[in-house]
Amino acid sequence: MTTFDKGKKGGAFLLEDISPNQLLTPEDFTDEHDMIAKTTEDFVLEQVVPEIEKIEDHQFDISVRLLKQAGELGLLGADVPEEYGGIGLDTISSTLITEKFALASSFSLSHGAHVGIGTLPIVYFGTEEQKHKYLPALATGEKIAAYALTEPGSGSDALGAKTTATLNEEGTHYVLNGEKQWITNAGFADVFIVYAKVDGEQFTAFIVDADTEGVSTGPEEKKMGIKGSSTRTLILQDVKVPKEQVLGEVGRGHVIAFNILNIGRYKLGVGCIGAAKRAIEVSAAYANERKQFKLPISQFTLIQSKLAHMASETYAAESSIYRTGGLIEDAFHSLSEEDQKDGKRVGKAIADYAIECSLNKVFGSEVLDDVVDEAVQIHGGYGFMSEYEVETMYRNSRINRIFEGTNEINRLLVPATIMRKAMKGDLPLLEQANTIQEELMMMMPQEVGDEPLEQEKYLLENAKKIFMMVAGSAAQKYGEKLENEQEILAHVADIVSDIYAVESVILRTEKAIAKEGVEKARQKLLMTEVFTQGAFHRIERAAKEALVTMEDGDNLRTMLSILKKLTRHTPIDVVSKRRRIAAQLIEQEKYVV
Amino acid sequence: MNIYVLLKRTFDTEEKIEIENGEIIDDGAEFIINPYDEYAVEEAIQIRDEHGGEVSVVTVGDEEAEKQLRTALAMGADQAYLIEDEDIENGDEYSTQELLKAFFAEKEYDLILGGNVAVDGGSGQIGPRLADQLDIVHVTSAVDITLEGNEAKVERDVEGDQEIISVSLPALITAQQGLNEPRYPSLPGIMKAKKKPLETLDLDDLDVDEEDAEGKTKTVERFLPPEKQAGRILEGEVEGQVQELVRLLKTDAKVL
Repeated sequence: MTTFDKGKKGGAFLLEDISPNQLLTPEDFTDEHDMIAKTTEDFVLEQVVPEIEKIEDHQFDISVRLLKQAGELGLLGADVPEEYGGIGLDTISSTLITEKFALASSFSLSHGAHVGIGTLPIVYFGTEEQKHKYLPALATGEKIAAYALTEPGSGSDALGAKTTATLNEEGTHYVLNGEKQWITNAGFADVFIVYAKVDGEQFTAFIVDADTEGVSTGPEEKKMGIKGSSTRTLILQDVKVPKEQVLGEVGRGHVIAFNILNIGRYKLGVGCIGAAKRAIEVSAAYANERKQFKLPISQFTLIQSKLAHMASETYAAESSIYRTGGLIEDAFHSLSEEDQKDGKRVGKAIADYAIECSLNKVFGSEVLDDVVDEAVQIHGGYGFMSEYEVETMYRNSRINRIFEGTNEINRLLVPATIMRKAMKGDLPLLEQANTIQEELMMMMPQEVGDEPLEQEKYLLENAKKIFMMVAGSAAQKYGEKLENEQEILAHVADIVSDIYAVESVILRTEKAIAKEGVEKARQKLLMTEVFTQGAFHRIERAAKEALVTMEDGDNLRTMLSILKKLTRHTPIDVVSKRRRIAAQLIEQEKYVV
Repeated sequence: MNIYVLLKRTFDTEEKIEIENGEIIDDGAEFIINPYDEYAVEEAIQIRDEHGGEVSVVTVGDEEAEKQLRTALAMGADQAYLIEDEDIENGDEYSTQELLKAFFAEKEYDLILGGNVAVDGGSGQIGPRLADQLDIVHVTSAVDITLEGNEAKVERDVEGDQEIISVSLPALITAQQGLNEPRYPSLPGIMKAKKKPLETLDLDDLDVDEEDAEGKTKTVERFLPPEKQAGRILEGEVEGQVQELVRLLKTDAKVL
């Protein structure tokens, strides 16, 4: 596999520019990637989709059968190394599987929880014995895994868990007591990754077999969406777990939890783009079919504008996701084979991209919510009716902004992680912030040419300067107390998020233009232009609001005038560009790039 | 047992066909293994797994067809041959027949399988043409194949009726829908397919002259079927509706 973004540290995109060739894009997929995607899609559409109604009706024996069938095809083993019965594929293959499973509606949760947060803790942090004991059965679907972190009293504050583990007198077993809440796959899982505090203090992960005495589950939860996934409380009553079942080290459970969350967030973003593409497909087809005033509603430009908006946002999320996938793959494969087996090293390699993982989670879930909302709107009254797929998609989308760390928590994490990296010297943020202050004072707005992407690149460059100004100002003003200023932090996170997405679409489109010329990359170019303009307006708004909150007097006036200089540009005609984007979507009745 | 499968790369059945200047536009279209050929691949793999031997898949086409060959390898075929026909002008069924004839002249085979028809051209000629050239027996539209020693018992679909035919090998049999459920290429299969042999052959390799394989047919015109018009609902008394319907069938649709 080619090396992308080689040596780029997580978060480095804020300070450095990279060339398109250092970036992984969907246009770089290999034939094997395409075949893996096709097998997954065919399996989901032909085997899973016809059963969805029954699955939504909680006939979980079907979910279990389908998971086993998926296992036979290798769709559960992509992240499990060959020596433990898996297939050991690259990050992009496993990403494609996750994306295509989004077509399976709520069943994708059963698949995702099993292969992701259920299996990965053992892949990355298990001992040799644990790996040999569990992974072969998990990779084939003979056993199903679940992940039990959340408790009634601890959601975002995961470390506040109350479940306890006490070593028995013989020193052979830990005795677990407590209640875990909203556990996906709980109704049929054979293995649970459970977090508990040893002696009420040391946060620790355990592998708990479902058939252990004292393990039980509550009734199925009644949910707004994703009704086809099993969600129950896991009740642990004097559960004796052999001490060999401790995952990782006692007192180091948070390392596992946070690393698995990073991957979980990334995969959540992946699932969101899969679902968003489906919503576009369904909406474009419906808009062609539905006639009002004797015309298919796809002929009305307000409907076109919605479709184009949905596609442009999805394009940005997709470009960001696969770029991140390339980074993670590279980080993973730059480790030696020995290190790849060492959970701590793997965790560290992935944790380096914690910022990107959070960004993808937040951005992906918000794009999807936006997309399904417009999808319902395009369907009009029918979109409100349960027989229509978009009604389910709308309800299913909502949870994504909540689980795997709420979008609020993830927003706070982004600037916090950037600052921590800066303090540790991993990101030369402070150095650059100092030099840029002077530069900004002297700066004059530039004339931008009209070559493809020229304006977008100019805006991106300025967006990075805006980030420096706002983040630098926040760090100076609040110092250590910045963490109390959640609104400012969220604004910074939003600016960072849009910078990442804008850069991802620009580079992807630039790479495509270099490869096949501007004509064939027209749709990509149009979506890049439309997305960049929207994102840049958001950046400007967030920066202004943050500056006004933080600064006053002359200082504020100076900063606002710098901001004005940085944001000065001639807006493009997004209305006509959206119509052109929509023409393709309507013609092909699917998401096209 | 040496089993060969004839395979064609075709448009995905979901694709909309567009014609520009008499040519079909394939820009950005998705391609698949012709679904009937896919039954043939599946059947070949099942026969090999039961009786032993090797499955080779063969296609005539351009380099893009390598993807479909790899897919067949991922399903479980052992090796693949891509016969490039780009040098042939105006290629048609005859051209494909000539290339395959030359290819099989050098091969030993017990069974050649193919699809009953390709979903794009729809001629259904390649199988019977090749069998004729190789001077072996052929059976079309198979929905069941059982091998016993040197004999193949083939159940074929005859416009909804079944006909059971016994033939001796070597034979060429084409597959009809219902023959089997083709498997999905599994992920381990996909990874293994990368390493399986895939040989590309051109006209020189087959010792075929460009002119000798030139097409015999001429395409005069290509056009799409007329777009379906919206239906009409007749109103009023039943008797009046019937009369109106008869009138429309006579004057508008001109079918009576």
